[in-house]
Amino acid sequence: MPKKKITHEPFEIKDCALAAIATGQKAQNLRELRDNIETVAPSCIAYHFWAGKLRPRFDDPEFNNDFAAWARHALHDKVLAERLGMIDPTSFDRREDMKQELLDIIEERLDENEHIPWASADQQFYFITSQTVVFSALKTIVKPSELVSVVPEMTSSSIFYHFIDARRRTFGHIDDFRAWLYGFEDGYRDLCDILSNIDPFFSTLPELRQQLCDIFIDYFGKER
Amino acid sequence: MESALDKYAGICGPNVIDQLRQLVVPLKGIKVIHVNSTRKGGGVAEILAKLVPLKKELGIDVSWEVIDGNADFFKCTKGFHNALQGNKVEIPKSLLKNFEQTNRRNSEELREKLEDADIVFIHDPQPAPLLEYCPDRRGKWIWRCHIDASRPYRPIWKYLRSFVSGYDASIFSLAAFAQPLPHVEYLIAPSIDPLSEKNIELDRSEVESVVSSLGVDLERPVMTQVSRFDIFKDPVGVIRAYRLTKKFIPTLQLILAGGEATDDPETLSVLDKVRTAANDDPDIHIMLLPVDAHRSINAIQRASDIVFQKSLREGFGLTVTEAMWKGKPVIGGDTGGIRIQVVNHQTGFLVNTPEGAALRARYLLFHRNLLHEMGEKARSFVRENFLLTRHLREYLTVMVSLLHGRGDRIELK
Repeated sequence: MPKKKITHEPFEIKDCALAAIATGQKAQNLRELRDNIETVAPSCIAYHFWAGKLRPRFDDPEFNNDFAAWARHALHDKVLAERLGMIDPTSFDRREDMKQELLDIIEERLDENEHIPWASADQQFYFITSQTVVFSALKTIVKPSELVSVVPEMTSSSIFYHFIDARRRTFGHIDDFRAWLYGFEDGYRDLCDILSNIDPFFSTLPELRQQLCDIFIDYFGKER
Repeated sequence: MESALDKYAGICGPNVIDQLRQLVVPLKGIKVIHVNSTRKGGGVAEILAKLVPLKKELGIDVSWEVIDGNADFFKCTKGFHNALQGNKVEIPKSLLKNFEQTNRRNSEELREKLEDADIVFIHDPQPAPLLEYCPDRRGKWIWRCHIDASRPYRPIWKYLRSFVSGYDASIFSLAAFAQPLPHVEYLIAPSIDPLSEKNIELDRSEVESVVSSLGVDLERPVMTQVSRFDIFKDPVGVIRAYRLTKKFIPTLQLILAGGEATDDPETLSVLDKVRTAANDDPDIHIMLLPVDAHRSINAIQRASDIVFQKSLREGFGLTVTEAMWKGKPVIGGDTGGIRIQVVNHQTGFLVNTPEGAALRARYLLFHRNLLHEMGEKARSFVRENFLLTRHLREYLTVMVSLLHGRGDRIELK
């Protein structure tokens, strides 16, 4: 592998922890879901799209957001679940746009149905928001090849911060690794192309970490 | 000597402990006090006995205070507990007056410490009035409710709400358990301690010795439910599921293990029904164990092929977590906190009837490889989500959140 000139800032490994916060808002039917979505803070919508992987719950391999999972498992509305499940949170520049997309899909479904689908009393949708605490993992790297040694040591939440949460922080909605690598001369474009092929929403965080490790080892070799 | 944190690192991985050390940096030097009403016995004391030393080891100046009270005080607070869980409990005014006086008396002893602390955690309703007896407090006060208060008996909740409304924040175990309050309400799910007697690894010989002494044959398949004899745990439904399964697997055995009978007439009545349903079947083992028989419970869970928690209503259901930590798939009632832990077809099965439970049990006992695979997934799921270290991390996160401002993102320097 040819050496590439380092022209970028060091990469500081960070970690994060979520404080989940109850909003007190809940929905038992599709209309209540719609009305609550309209009034909750954008951070609450973001929580139900992004934070699933950091919560004490099993990653639902079928759906990548809580609204779709609730439509499927509590309302038993497969059509709605499929439509909600295809919302890509990285494709919106503004959180308000994502909220509007959600509302549009739900309203379309309400129009299609003669009856409003209901969940049982103990399967209500509870709107939750969160505060994310971001802190240093006390590790910094300067060479991309060092990713080979630091990624296996990263916690699941650190992987979440750099590979998933980054998509709502970075220009172009990309992960922190690519955002950093692009800063190098010629931008490690081949490596970034490989990284861009990982769909972060259908793997657990430990699986994502393993995929990243494999990619970095393949690219840089094990000797680092 | 190996520190407590090092011991947990051996189970959760060193990076989980490193993460705690990084997260605690902005909390170094702050004074934290936990207050509850008992040093021993009960889930809260068990958790504090572990969390407090770990916080100390991480460099937080933390102490644990216990308020005392007479028999009437605890009679009253037992009533609160039942009322928060939805039972219609009428508490005489004399007991409520004693409850407030007891807190006032305790506050006289604790006031100086509490008012000086940066963060005070008040656990459950017993010490809740302390806040109003500490008018010069300088720190943040958090009410930690460990009880499923999703459907409280309103008159009692109204009374308690007057004490907890003034807190800076509260913590509930699940969003469904939270009640509207005029402050931020954090969510922290319960956890189990992998190093406690109830969950620690046991030698196979110890497991065999305990279970054989109870008359169970380990050469034959075993299904178990560990639970109080309570109508909502549906032990009779479990027996029905066992009988339906036994038609196909005649060597099957069932263990129903619960706490020793108390004077509670409801427990005794359920136990009678269970015994009647068992009808002297030699392969049904009804076990009344002392409340501190943690190691025996541990052995029973480890000896089981499948664990049931076929509740009709459930708060969180830590017995589910315990069984999953031992690598057992759980067949659980499709209700409450069981849904968060038992992920259908992944870590076990959610069922709604004894027939459903039997169907899943048969399926697992005929597909042993799947049974083991699910058990492994269950253990790994608990390791990631329901161990004490995660609980501690969330407490630290809440403390950082309260001390370092608002907004949906806090960047620590």
